[in-house]
Amino acid sequence: MKIAVASGKGGTGKTLIATSLALSLEKAVLVDCDVEEPNAHLLVCPQWQLTRHVELPFPKVDLNKCSFCGECQRVCRFGAIAVLADQVLTFPELCHSCGACSLVCPSRAISEEKRKIGEIRFGIKNGLELIEGRLQVGEPMATPIIRELKRCSAKRDSIIIFDAPPGTSCPVIHTLRASDYALLVTEPTPFGLNDLVLAVGVTRELAIPAGLIINKAGIGDKKVYTYAQEQNLPILLEIPEERKIAEAYSRGKSLAEAFPEYKKIFLDLFEKINLQVKENVCKAVVSSER
Amino acid sequence: MSVKQLSVVSGKGGTGKTSLVACFATLGSNMVIADCDVDAANLHLIAEPLILKKQDFYGGAKAEIDQERCQRTGVCQQVCRFDAVVFDASAQPVKYWIDPIACDGCGSCAEFCASRAIKMVQPKAGEWYISETRFGPMVHARLGIGEENSGKLVSQVRKTALELAEKRDRKMVLIDGPPGIGCPVIASITGVDYTIVVTEPTPSGIHDLERISELCRHFSIPAGVVINKFDLNPGISGEIKKIVGISNSDFLGEIPYEPDFTRAMVQGKSLLEFNSSPSSKIIKQIWENLKSLLK
Amino acid sequence: MKICITARGEALDSMVDERFGRAEKFIIYETETGRFEALDNTQNLQAMQGAGVQSAQKVIASGAKILITGHCGPKAYATLKAGGVKVYTSAKGTVKTAIEDYLKGALKEITAPDVESHW
Repeated sequence: MKIAVASGKGGTGKTLIATSLALSLEKAVLVDCDVEEPNAHLLVCPQWQLTRHVELPFPKVDLNKCSFCGECQRVCRFGAIAVLADQVLTFPELCHSCGACSLVCPSRAISEEKRKIGEIRFGIKNGLELIEGRLQVGEPMATPIIRELKRCSAKRDSIIIFDAPPGTSCPVIHTLRASDYALLVTEPTPFGLNDLVLAVGVTRELAIPAGLIINKAGIGDKKVYTYAQEQNLPILLEIPEERKIAEAYSRGKSLAEAFPEYKKIFLDLFEKINLQVKENVCKAVVSSER
Repeated sequence: MSVKQLSVVSGKGGTGKTSLVACFATLGSNMVIADCDVDAANLHLIAEPLILKKQDFYGGAKAEIDQERCQRTGVCQQVCRFDAVVFDASAQPVKYWIDPIACDGCGSCAEFCASRAIKMVQPKAGEWYISETRFGPMVHARLGIGEENSGKLVSQVRKTALELAEKRDRKMVLIDGPPGIGCPVIASITGVDYTIVVTEPTPSGIHDLERISELCRHFSIPAGVVINKFDLNPGISGEIKKIVGISNSDFLGEIPYEPDFTRAMVQGKSLLEFNSSPSSKIIKQIWENLKSLLK
Repeated sequence: MKICITARGEALDSMVDERFGRAEKFIIYETETGRFEALDNTQNLQAMQGAGVQSAQKVIASGAKILITGHCGPKAYATLKAGGVKVYTSAKGTVKTAIEDYLKGALKEITAPDVESHW
């Protein structure tokens, strides 16, 4: 079972929920896909076991073989390779690592070198494995690291929880696509609702069942409740706006750790998700049989 | 007098960037606002823009297979490094198709298809707008769901905002930036005169502050830090101030946890339009600090 | 000698386009004859990335040995330098004024990019 915790809006409590859920389960894998600003480790405090570099290939031109024909430049859609009269310039930071240049070169003058764009770290806390992706500061593209995270977690057979990045663009899509369920975390404010609508749109596009957690319940207004009803989006949990929760979070404590009563709440939450996914599968089977 | 560009970012999402930008927009006069959080824009909920001009935005290219020309050799799948070519064995006849979400737009498949059955298309990826608000002109955008947020749309918004400021003799472009440190954030801060980083006193607040500050240093952009909700953890707030003190960034001020930010948001107002609380005074002081730094 | 000036229009009284990679037009001016042609750069205006490098290649291909523009980023500069093009920046006003400024030595040649990478 793969659950993605997403939100649209940043700061609604995705990581708090994802880590609390993961720590409440007996055995789980938590994958931190917010590779630009990975925070799950701050609440999980794992023992780190291993770090792997994430590397992307970029072209290296052997000028002895190169005929300066310019085919590589023609085929590159990203401007990462420039052929001049007597030299070839490459711009690794523009390169998308597609391999077209090395394939097209008639002189076989292009090989690939690797450069590091980030890291993946593996850590353990009791029954929980944390796999964290971390983009190197200054690197523009998050998606290659998310692809790598998906590859790493694909082999695990326990419950997998993906802590998604904020927003609804490419990196979020890649995170959600790997999942059976989207747990959307929102706050009952105009900003929260605005971005939740976008996030729900994404789950519909990807045909993934979704459920809602309302964090900081009590602030803002009630519009999100009306929206959830209209959209048939089940509200699985409401967490009240309480200073003690905010303060515990500011001390690096997840909900299950700071308030033991939350462990059962999250186990119940997991059961609700399980049920919803099973129902969805049944619905899908029934409709394909028709 | 050249137009000053001021960007507000955070690293971590949810620290209060947009709420603060709305306050600055209320305090400032003679500015153009640019909402560069094109992925999940919020500023319009307070600014209430009247859209005057709308333009389509085209992002990167995507590959498309012409099923009639396709000979089903599968070479496209062999060369694709993004797992974007899908083989549908159950289709009648079997077929290959390109997953637009996974497609990187590199064109390798099109290049090596012997039947020339693949073409690169540029689908519409979003929209951008020039609007009028009570704070002045505003440029904003909406990136389509699942689209690549490469920074291109952010750059379009910024370019338009700057041109508008020059044309209409405005002194400043105020940029509401996105969370994170990737492409769109880079596009929101390169070439600005000053960047404000809004943080909060939590472990993730500090962690993300360090990364966004490193990004600002990487691009040689002067930066200043505002701690929002500082009283939630005075210990960490103190730590942040120390870190800022040793670094090259400025400490601009700290705002206490303020429930009125949300109440104002619900009414579609900035905090300063909502009431005049102690927090409003602090924000006014931060704005004065900024203005002197920008001179 | 051919000089390239980044411009917002196709005439000598068009304003200089201060950006290089995404300049609207390149005016290629022949100093000996005073004749010029305007090259369209729309393709690079729309490019997701790498506009500077592609524009630099365009300038090199035109045969211009001098580029006059507002600013030049690192990748564009590297390409121009490799292609033997000298870069003069901070040009302002019309294309005609920029050419005159260059000819009387009022523009500065840069020996390194003067802006960071950007779109």
